[in-house]
Amino acid sequence: MDNLYRDFILEHYRNPHNQGVLDPHDLHFADSNPTCGDELSMTLRLDGGRVEIEDVAFEGRGCAISQASASILTDTLRGMTLDAVRAIDPKAVLDDLGVPIGPARLKCALLGYKVLQGAVAGESVEWPAEAEAV
Amino acid sequence: MTVGAQPQATPGAFSGTARRADFPVFERTTSTGNRLVYLDAAASAPKPAVVIEAMRDAYSHHYANVHRGIYELSEDATGRFEAARRKVAAFLNAPSEREIVFVRNATEAINLVAYSWGRTNLRAGDTVVTTQLEHHANIVPWQQLTREVGAELRYVAITDDGRLDLEDLDRLLATRPKLVAVAAVSNALGTINPVREITQRAHAAGALVLVDAAQAAPHMPIDVQDIGCDFLAISGHKMLGPSGIGVLWARRELLEAMPPFLTGGNMIIRVTMEGAEWNEVPQKFEAGTPAIVEAIGLGAAIDYLTDIGMPNVREHERYLFQHAWAALGEIPDVRRFGPDDPDIHAGVISFVLDAVHPHDMATILDHHGVAVRAGHHCAQPVMQRYDIPATTRASFYVYNDLDDVEALADAVRAAVTLFAG
Repeated sequence: MDNLYRDFILEHYRNPHNQGVLDPHDLHFADSNPTCGDELSMTLRLDGGRVEIEDVAFEGRGCAISQASASILTDTLRGMTLDAVRAIDPKAVLDDLGVPIGPARLKCALLGYKVLQGAVAGESVEWPAEAEAV
Repeated sequence: MTVGAQPQATPGAFSGTARRADFPVFERTTSTGNRLVYLDAAASAPKPAVVIEAMRDAYSHHYANVHRGIYELSEDATGRFEAARRKVAAFLNAPSEREIVFVRNATEAINLVAYSWGRTNLRAGDTVVTTQLEHHANIVPWQQLTREVGAELRYVAITDDGRLDLEDLDRLLATRPKLVAVAAVSNALGTINPVREITQRAHAAGALVLVDAAQAAPHMPIDVQDIGCDFLAISGHKMLGPSGIGVLWARRELLEAMPPFLTGGNMIIRVTMEGAEWNEVPQKFEAGTPAIVEAIGLGAAIDYLTDIGMPNVREHERYLFQHAWAALGEIPDVRRFGPDDPDIHAGVISFVLDAVHPHDMATILDHHGVAVRAGHHCAQPVMQRYDIPATTRASFYVYNDLDDVEALADAVRAAVTLFAG
């Protein structure tokens, strides 16, 4: 427990970065985790050429893992090209949490990633293989 | 009554701690070095060694197909399978074991009624009544049925403290529904519904009554003749039996009149290339080779529970409920769901804390060795009623005792401390 709920995670949960809704925005997507009903929505603003991300914000209600993961992920997005976003490795998202995620919580940890990919794709995307326990 | 106050044993109660020795799973210690505190009986119950042994013995020494072989081994297997049916009939006080249909689980039992009775008897414009506190298993089959035949599905509302609003039931009964489908115990809230009274009111309005007893039959005496209902569904795995076996009880004249649900072998008397004649009940509803050994395992589970005595099981859980309800109530900001009254609250407690999401709560409890369920409990209309995404749910059974209640309360306090920073 001390591992999973390190101060780093709890700090992001209590004071999430990039919280809110961007108005105006270029991309918007919302999705939920069917196992717990956690909801997360994300808005993104792009540069003039619609190549890279200028700004990002997310809103949601959910567990510490899903909210902290979205907070940490969105911190990395400014200046990133959409192609680079599409190429984000879900394993890296899990690694960035810095704590081991048990099989029952993988979808919590990857909800932000799934919403981000949905926003870029303009439609719901499937859970990555990393969200399924092996 | 609080956990720290040296509780008195209640009359009829027994030692859950001592019962733990009957269940091999409690030999396990968790990866965090804790003893296993299993508080998720409402999802599925551990198996006592007597059930496991009965199944091992059946497979080892008494196994052949049933109702087929003209040889001693098959007759032996058939005898044991049918003995299990008689045990279920006695457990539910059914007038006849011919009213006991073996299915996979309560979900399948309800689907059987929806497909067979429902599609035969329901017409466009008819109404089915269920309630807002049902498990999805007692909602979705009726949604599908009413959609298919053009009937309407109405829901009895629930009160702020998680009871069925019986005035709302009366309003819905005034529309003369064909069927009322209601849980005896809510798996999400723990509410014990007055199914006997509901049945009387429904019958007076001309409706048949299906009782989903999946959450009740493991934990309290169930008497289908006393309830007076028409259909009743149970799941073996929640009552210390194996998964893959459940029971539909229905009044014999209803079963006689209903068409088969699944068709094939065993459920026929005679098949020609032009058609088939159905077997008598309950075989008419048991197409194909049944879950033979699972039924025998369920019979062993019923023996185990009957040996304890279902009134004692109920009394034990009532006792644990009262202590757990009080212990959780003492933790600041814990919101508990369902009625305060232990007479109408089973050994299931759903709770939330604003500061700790149910998923985080369950993970932290798990690290203390405490296994609970977090989520919507397959009862999303209940979550919608209280505008919450999920709850944490602790549920008790015969192997639980006050040390488990204390472990739960301690772990919840630890979670609160951790999240308070």
